[in-house]
Amino acid sequence: MIRLFANASYDFIKWRRWAFSLTGAIMLVGLVFLVTRGVNYSIEFTGGTLVQFDVAHKVPTANIRAALDNVGLLGADIQTFGSDTSYQVRARLGAEATGEAGTQAVADAVARALDQSVGTGQYQIQRREAVGPKVGRELQGKALIAILFSFVVTLIYLAVRFEWRFGLAAVVATAHDIVATIAFISVMHLEVSLVVVGAVLTVVGYSLNDTIIIFDRVRENLRKYRRQNLYEILNLSINETLPRSVLTHGTTIATTLSLLILAGEVIRPFAWVMSFGIFTGTFSSIYIAAPVLLWIEKRWPGEDARGARTFGSRAPAAPPVAGPPVTPSAPQPRAPQPAR
Amino acid sequence: MGKIRQRLYVIAALIVVSIIALVPRNTKQRVRDATSGAMKDTTVRRVPINLGLDLQGGIHLALEVDQSKGPVPDCADAIQRAERVVRTRMDEFGTKEPVVQIQGRCRLIVELAGEKDPARARGVIQRTAFLEFRITDMKSLFKDALPLMDAALRKAGIKSRSTAAPSAVAQLFGGDTTKTARDSAADANTPGVLSSLLFQGQLPGEFLVPEEQWPLVDSLTSRPDVRAAIPRGLELRWGAQSESRGARAYRALYAVEARPIITGEELVKAVARRDPVTNQSIVAFQLSHRGARKFADETARHINDYMAIILDSRVQGQPPIIKSQIGANGQIELGTKPLQEASDLALVLRAGALPAPLTIVDERSISATLGADSIHDGVLAGVVGVLLVVVIMIGYYRMSGALAVAALTLYCLFTLAGLALFGFTLTLPGLAGFVLSIGIAVDANVLIFERIREELVHGKSLRLAVDDGFLHAMNAIVDSNVSTILTALILYAVGTGPVQGFAITLIIGIIASMISAIFVVKTLFLVWLYRRPDMITLSI
Repeated sequence: MIRLFANASYDFIKWRRWAFSLTGAIMLVGLVFLVTRGVNYSIEFTGGTLVQFDVAHKVPTANIRAALDNVGLLGADIQTFGSDTSYQVRARLGAEATGEAGTQAVADAVARALDQSVGTGQYQIQRREAVGPKVGRELQGKALIAILFSFVVTLIYLAVRFEWRFGLAAVVATAHDIVATIAFISVMHLEVSLVVVGAVLTVVGYSLNDTIIIFDRVRENLRKYRRQNLYEILNLSINETLPRSVLTHGTTIATTLSLLILAGEVIRPFAWVMSFGIFTGTFSSIYIAAPVLLWIEKRWPGEDARGARTFGSRAPAAPPVAGPPVTPSAPQPRAPQPAR
Repeated sequence: MGKIRQRLYVIAALIVVSIIALVPRNTKQRVRDATSGAMKDTTVRRVPINLGLDLQGGIHLALEVDQSKGPVPDCADAIQRAERVVRTRMDEFGTKEPVVQIQGRCRLIVELAGEKDPARARGVIQRTAFLEFRITDMKSLFKDALPLMDAALRKAGIKSRSTAAPSAVAQLFGGDTTKTARDSAADANTPGVLSSLLFQGQLPGEFLVPEEQWPLVDSLTSRPDVRAAIPRGLELRWGAQSESRGARAYRALYAVEARPIITGEELVKAVARRDPVTNQSIVAFQLSHRGARKFADETARHINDYMAIILDSRVQGQPPIIKSQIGANGQIELGTKPLQEASDLALVLRAGALPAPLTIVDERSISATLGADSIHDGVLAGVVGVLLVVVIMIGYYRMSGALAVAALTLYCLFTLAGLALFGFTLTLPGLAGFVLSIGIAVDANVLIFERIREELVHGKSLRLAVDDGFLHAMNAIVDSNVSTILTALILYAVGTGPVQGFAITLIIGIIASMISAIFVVKTLFLVWLYRRPDMITLSI
């Protein structure tokens, strides 16, 4: 049988400072982009008008721009969408916009501009969205509520399912994923629509899955190997779940990449966020959740005070070998004995 | 073996139910004829999964009561009136299942799948409601003129396409109808095209048309040569809803006077209630001073006549009889009918009396070609994704992987059947969610297989390793799936159409993957071990 990473015994936790620096750097870059460029909200959130159209023959963007200026749509932004005969014109509403009818008027103005520049009948409108400012504001509120609410529910679920130290570590990892994903979105300048918010929440769920699976193993190993410290248990658990991680992330990446490449322009931002989310989710389960748990245990030791001893009694170069042949009847005697 | 057989029966039952849920079936679809612009019914055979607007193309509108010309005191009532009005107009659209629903308190959502022209849709929906009361054709002038219309149609060379046997219908309505149909038919030895489609209703001026024939009748009666034959002072109006008599559905057609005796402008209010004495459902209405004078005159002349209540050219409910002269206050008695019907009629009257101007706060339209492209791309991505997963699973886990792939096939079947069975809508993000969930669905199997491998390494027997592998992996599987379902539920609660579609497919997908990855794969393992009791190494 093919066994990837079977009996692996990498010292993952040792690299935690490097990992923190790496993710910190990514977040910093993201923050810089966020501050300088702002968030590329879809018109769903800002309110405004979007018209997507196909033309039979390629038309210089400048012509369309000129025609849009002509009908008074100065701020509208034009971009090709997927292929060079497909365009998207977007006009966001400014803060001063009040009228609900305005967005309709803009959509009609775009049609007039196209009649001028491309010619009547030479283009086909594929998608038209005219979102009033009120609906946009409502949706912003809803998205925010969704994110906050999912956070609260996750917290409650973890509190019920795990001891609070584990829960807190998982929440920190989840928060990391959200921040890292936002950084990614701002660096890529992806359009933030409600679907992308959905993708972020899915990433949160996915990452939480991963963390839970590792923590589940940690909990089990803490019961099984009474004489090892938490540092070793964490490394052991990550190593033991490594084959599963590789396989599952492999299949998930396979499907998200096929979505990214094949599923078309509309779903692409979603696919980007998901693809990145799988990486950050995997990363955070190992390098955020586990070290944070270690730190929490050191600060506020639990019932078995092994957490408190973690750093002091760390075995320098010989972490335990994963998957020791333990017979189910008597696991204790054969547990590996770390050097102390 | 008994236990395995039971499990196999359960799986077989699930597969049968899923396949039945997905068998393509005929659905009727109203489409607009490209040349004449009239509506006609066509039958389409397709898999019964609802597609969202982003996949089949169509228009989504969110409307609110226009408050720009002064505040509307009770927007909830105004939006209810508007909903009632918009609903009556849905016939004008070429859409199978139009969605008209009130969202929150004061917002109306209209979704028209397949509709292409946003300007037309806006026009139809925002048109001001018009209510009028008209007396039905009490002297049967229209019926007498039917042979004339048939003759006109014959002259135009239109043959009777109706295959409906009059005798079958005649039994429903008694001998009198049969006689009429036969009389008019006998006039020219061949059955008249129009008269063979109309059956006399219960009251003067009311005709019933089989539901499937009414677009045909509508197109016939709107021909100029037929219209010329309609007696002066009469007009035809269709009933708002189809009604069932016996086993068949009929649409009522009314011949009414062209002149309304009163219009919605004169109506001040209308409420539904139950009469405390007779316990009847009634709608009480009040007219303005001017309206009351006019109405008193008219009702005095029309005692014992029937009065059709017409909103936007559609007759609402069965026309009530005028029993006595009515002044400023009148009431319509609905007898033993439920109060709900009275409330509905009162809403119709109020809708005509106080038209609620609507403003569009959100409009999205997607062309059918873009929708078809999305389906094509999404399905392609799905197929490629599945193939990759299949290669990874079989390559890594060999025979066990093949079992997981078999379960994955069932997973796809169950998920799609779940969408069809519960009538959920598949959207583009939903399709993406489905593809994504295929990748995640194998996670449960990966967890289980890794556990089995560990148990085998620990020196357990095959059978024990399989049992313990499933048992020990369960904790992690349940935990991780519950957390994903929780997130999806939140998304469903706050999301709009496409995002809700995503959440729904995710939830159904997780449930289906629990069934397929745990129950189905375990069963396959049991069968495998049962058939090969001498097996020493597991292909995993």
